[in-house]
Amino acid sequence: MKLLDCPMNGPRNIDEFQSFGPLRQAPDADAAADAEWARHLFRADNRKGVVVEWWRHVPSNFFFLAQRDVVTNEIIRTYAPGSRP
Amino acid sequence: MPLRLLKYGLSRDYPVTGDIPATPELKPSYDVVIVGGGGHGLACAHYLSKYHGIASIAVLEKGYLAGGNTARNTTTIRSNYITQEGVAFYKEGVSLFETLSQELDFNVMFSQRGQLTLAHTEATLRAFHLRAEMGKHMGTRTEVIDAKEVEKLVPELNMDRGGALEILGGLWHADGGTARHDAVAWGFAAQASRRGAEIHQRTEVQGFEVGNGQVRAVVTNRGRVACGSVLIAAGGMNYDVAMMAGVELPIRCYPLQAMVTQPLKPWLHTLVSSVSLHTYLVQSSRGEIVIGGGSDPYQLYSTRSTLDMKEHLAEGAVHLFPFLQGVRLLRQWAGITDMTPDYSPIMGASPLANLWLDCGWGTWGFKATAVAGKRLAETIAKGRVPDLLKPFALERFEKFRLLNEMGATAASH
Ligand SMILES: Cc1cc2nc3c(=O)[nH]c(=O)nc-3n(C[C@H](O)[C@H](O)[C@H](O)COP(=O)(O)OP(=O)(O)OC[C@H]3O[C@@H](n4cnc5c(N)ncnc54)[C@H](O)[C@@H]3O)c2cc1C
Repeated sequence: MKLLDCPMNGPRNIDEFQSFGPLRQAPDADAAADAEWARHLFRADNRKGVVVEWWRHVPSNFFFLAQRDVVTNEIIRTYAPGSRP
Repeated sequence: MPLRLLKYGLSRDYPVTGDIPATPELKPSYDVVIVGGGGHGLACAHYLSKYHGIASIAVLEKGYLAGGNTARNTTTIRSNYITQEGVAFYKEGVSLFETLSQELDFNVMFSQRGQLTLAHTEATLRAFHLRAEMGKHMGTRTEVIDAKEVEKLVPELNMDRGGALEILGGLWHADGGTARHDAVAWGFAAQASRRGAEIHQRTEVQGFEVGNGQVRAVVTNRGRVACGSVLIAAGGMNYDVAMMAGVELPIRCYPLQAMVTQPLKPWLHTLVSSVSLHTYLVQSSRGEIVIGGGSDPYQLYSTRSTLDMKEHLAEGAVHLFPFLQGVRLLRQWAGITDMTPDYSPIMGASPLANLWLDCGWGTWGFKATAVAGKRLAETIAKGRVPDLLKPFALERFEKFRLLNEMGATAASH
């Protein structure tokens, strides 16, 4: 079992969470060209190293962010959106 | 053959003839450099050397021959996909397996025993009808069958009548089968090296020298090689390797896990897969029950296994075949898969003129080993992409022309 520390519910089994993939900046809807949209939709960050990604605690439907190393699977920190130092 | 065997048995020194020569010195340049010595890279080397008269080939493999996803896959071969482009491509893939042992003079143990995918809901059955119609239209053997026929095909199945996972019917794909993964890779490697292609094991590609919109040379831990053309066929590391050339692929890496039980007498004569349970089973020629399922739930560059996934696969397997409950697991493993957004591969041109892609094979690429190798050899030799591969171009993402195969891929390989 692996634990994920939910900013609202505390440490829970990672089975209770759903991954929503790496955080990415949405393009400017009025200005973005097709290529930029395609990039935004299809090319998520896949570098070896630390990523910031969206997670949801499924039973409480709480969305938050986690910093995770995608090689070692170490979860470095978790935080609620907006609370980012 | 029997005489040769007898002679071998009676000889004193048991002469060993290796299928694949030891890794030679790297030459300063090759016409074609293939990154990755898995089934795909080796197949391309075979077809290039046999049908296109190109012998100056180096296959660069960072580990040992075919130790990547080729070694880890559960060897489902089938063509019952959803899109017309997908079915056309995988159909050629299956037909190449039908004659692959002859092509390679190497027994790849292709066993075309048929694949049965189970429906436990009406919605799944409706999706099966779509796939069956497309399959028939494209000339493959794919049909929807009812619960009675399912039971006749696999009498050991728990039909779960009246239960939450009652089997309502299935998608029966008579063209489906399996082959021995090592034999496929070794057969291609033996043939290619007999024609002069060099296989360099423990040779890691660490970068590319790019200039003027081309790859000039490939940089490895054993030195630099200049190249005419380059093919990227690096399995789970495709994103990483393409990035070394400045090409960003729409790929994310997820582990895919599998496991086998102890050997049993032959009892499971078809491939069985359940969409709702995310579990599929096949009995190997050694008698082991090979069990696989869906990808891990989040991105990771690791081949670790998890107890969660093993429990999930065991649960599905025991639900379908309750008598498996006392059977022991023998081995478990995982591979890193290079997943694309539409569950279709990326084949053909890259933004660099002489850099070709054989990427995005995710959880479904073993069945395409021969056809991708053959068609990409043609692509490299002629410098143009054949019609069969055109829909799989990298540009499809910019053009929003995705080939969505998720429904035919996610659970059943
Ligand atoms: C558990 C599991 C089950 C699967 N089941 C099925 C199935 O039932 N049916 C199916 O069709 N597909 C299945 N697949 C998918 C299938 O295994 C792959 O798509 C297919 O084997 C890819 O072959 P390949 O030759 O492209 O890659 P690989 O066999 O992975 O070969 C790529 C090679 O490139 C090498 N490499 C990587 N980076 C470098 C570098 N920098 N320099 C040099 N070499 C490098 C690697 O060491 C590796 O040997 C499964 C995969 C897994 C993990």
